Amino acid sequence: MSTTEDVRGIADPTSEGPGAPGLPKASTGIDGLDAVTGGGLPRSRCTLVCGPAGCGKTLLAVEFIVRGATLYDEPGVFVAFEESREDLIANVASLGFDLGELEASGQVVIDHVEVDGRTIEETGDWDLEGLFLRLGAAIDEVGAKRVVIDTIETLFGAFTNTAILRSELRRLFAWLKDRGVTAIITGERGEGTLTRHGIEEYVSDCVIVLDHRVSEQTSTRRLRVLKYRGSLHETNEYPFLIGSSGVSVLPITSMGLGHHVSSERVSTGVPRLDAMLGDGGFYKGSTVLVSGTAGTGKSTLAAQICASACERGERATYFAFEESEPEMVRNMASVGIDLKPWIDAGLLRVQCSRPKVFGLEAHLFAMQTLVGEHDPSVVVLDPVSDLLDDGNGDEVASLLTRQVDFLKAKGITAVLTSLSSESEAQGASQIASLVDVWLLVKSEEGNGEHNRVLYVRKSRGLANSNQIREFLLTDHGIELADVYVGPQGVLTGSARQAREATERSEGLARLEDLEQRQASLERRRESVEAQTAALWREFDVEASVVDRLLTHASTGSEEREGQRAEQGRLRRADSNGDDDT
Amino acid sequence: MSPGDDPAPYSGTDMWHLRLYVAGQSPKSLRAFANLKRLCEVHLAGHYEIEIVDLIENPSQARDDDILAIPTLVRRLPAPLRKVIGDLSDTENALIGLRLQQGSAT
Repeated sequence: MSTTEDVRGIADPTSEGPGAPGLPKASTGIDGLDAVTGGGLPRSRCTLVCGPAGCGKTLLAVEFIVRGATLYDEPGVFVAFEESREDLIANVASLGFDLGELEASGQVVIDHVEVDGRTIEETGDWDLEGLFLRLGAAIDEVGAKRVVIDTIETLFGAFTNTAILRSELRRLFAWLKDRGVTAIITGERGEGTLTRHGIEEYVSDCVIVLDHRVSEQTSTRRLRVLKYRGSLHETNEYPFLIGSSGVSVLPITSMGLGHHVSSERVSTGVPRLDAMLGDGGFYKGSTVLVSGTAGTGKSTLAAQICASACERGERATYFAFEESEPEMVRNMASVGIDLKPWIDAGLLRVQCSRPKVFGLEAHLFAMQTLVGEHDPSVVVLDPVSDLLDDGNGDEVASLLTRQVDFLKAKGITAVLTSLSSESEAQGASQIASLVDVWLLVKSEEGNGEHNRVLYVRKSRGLANSNQIREFLLTDHGIELADVYVGPQGVLTGSARQAREATERSEGLARLEDLEQRQASLERRRESVEAQTAALWREFDVEASVVDRLLTHASTGSEEREGQRAEQGRLRRADSNGDDDT
Repeated sequence: MSPGDDPAPYSGTDMWHLRLYVAGQSPKSLRAFANLKRLCEVHLAGHYEIEIVDLIENPSQARDDDILAIPTLVRRLPAPLRKVIGDLSDTENALIGLRLQQGSAT
């Protein structure tokens, strides 16, 4: 071949101006990466994936090959400079990728190129035609559409004539393009450069930078599309995970705010709270923040919401970062919320883990996986403030935003609890803008006791009550009681009870007074009746005297005349009287 | 001047089996073969055997024998296996690479 001397330049930049319509892309099949890159890697071009050691370059590249072969019917060639074929197969088996099987079925070729500078002597002019030929043979063998070269920079350790090597690499990338394969070239990060030997100079269509950072003793992997010629792409850094089923990039912006909105109400299980929130509770799929100081009953409220979901026959998932499942069941039973039957029935799943166990992203991933499996209608994160302690605020806010978006997109009601400091809900303020409903549980101190009060701090789209209610944990669940507002402020607890007692006793006094009045009236009636009776008796006596006198008069004859005369006089008098009237 | 130019006849009894990997009739390949032939005649007269493998005709051999660069000369025998890449225009380095001569590289 006479072309070996010929050094072809990298792709002509004019052939791929920005915004070239419909730049063909090859889906990677990697969770989230296609969203971040707007559909995949540039088809028939080379993509550089670079990052420090252990950042997951090789796994990402392997997944690209495996998904290509299994999902898109695009066979692939994996050229491994660093790992032997056997090591590679063994290493990716943990991700559920069976490279050996794919190789046996003719979908993948793994070519381990062993380069050992100690056994190679350079004398005069050479080129990498051997690599081209074997790669070409491998591509032809399976009809490969995808090629991974991992990590070609190893060659810089084997060959001393880097001038030849560089021009050969340049030629290699151009050759890959000519072959029409979509390629990933991996490179180790160098000092101040993307790759140790500056191969980003030759691979310029698409550059993806991987990184892993340790903050607060937890490591988070990140991915960023640094460059994507001729295509729009997301420019942010995205966390990504290497889980049991491969790489998952967790894009935040690709979620957007385009989720379906429900106007269906979900009861909280506390009738008076439902009433406080307007008609019948939260909206389905809303995000509820319950914040408050320690021991104010946040978890209890969250558990109550779960229990009421289970009562309706729905499923709920409870992520507890502070209590173990048995502890939670016991503690909730003490306030009359029996979770055991729901757990046994498989409606409620309690996932307990300390926040430090995984990195934040791993938490998010674990949560999303479990939510995917369990398909609940209510998810509780108790408390998110533990996660806030775990990383820095921005990271957690971004994590929670993604989690909230994820749950919202699925129409799942999310209940987040947050432990806030005595003064103000500081931790909660970072996420307050995310949530739809914010219930604040506060501890009111006074009269040598502290009492819980609850109020609705924020409630999007709900005609909520502005009143403060006393929040009671009884042995039959949560109850809300009215609080008394008086000149001394809000009265709760014993002060409220005292006030109630006062009111009761005042009522009693009034009643007694009435009874007394009634009694005295009765007595008066009795005395009136007695007096009346006495008068009647006098009258009767007088009447009987008159009767007697009349009888005497009618029997005396001599007195008849006089009586008649008297009668006449009386009559006259009567007639006179009649005349007068 | 160059020690490789001094005719130092091969003193050993081993039969040298050398394989030269080329890609077609490229100038580099032809140059490498010419240089190798000259080198063997001078240093291994009568004790060598050269096999030419054209990878264009047999590309999968590149993978089997783990060949990257062209031209590559492999000393298959005597053991251990040694690889020299390039057109062998630098005779001294070629001799050192083949361990036909002790040099700074060893």
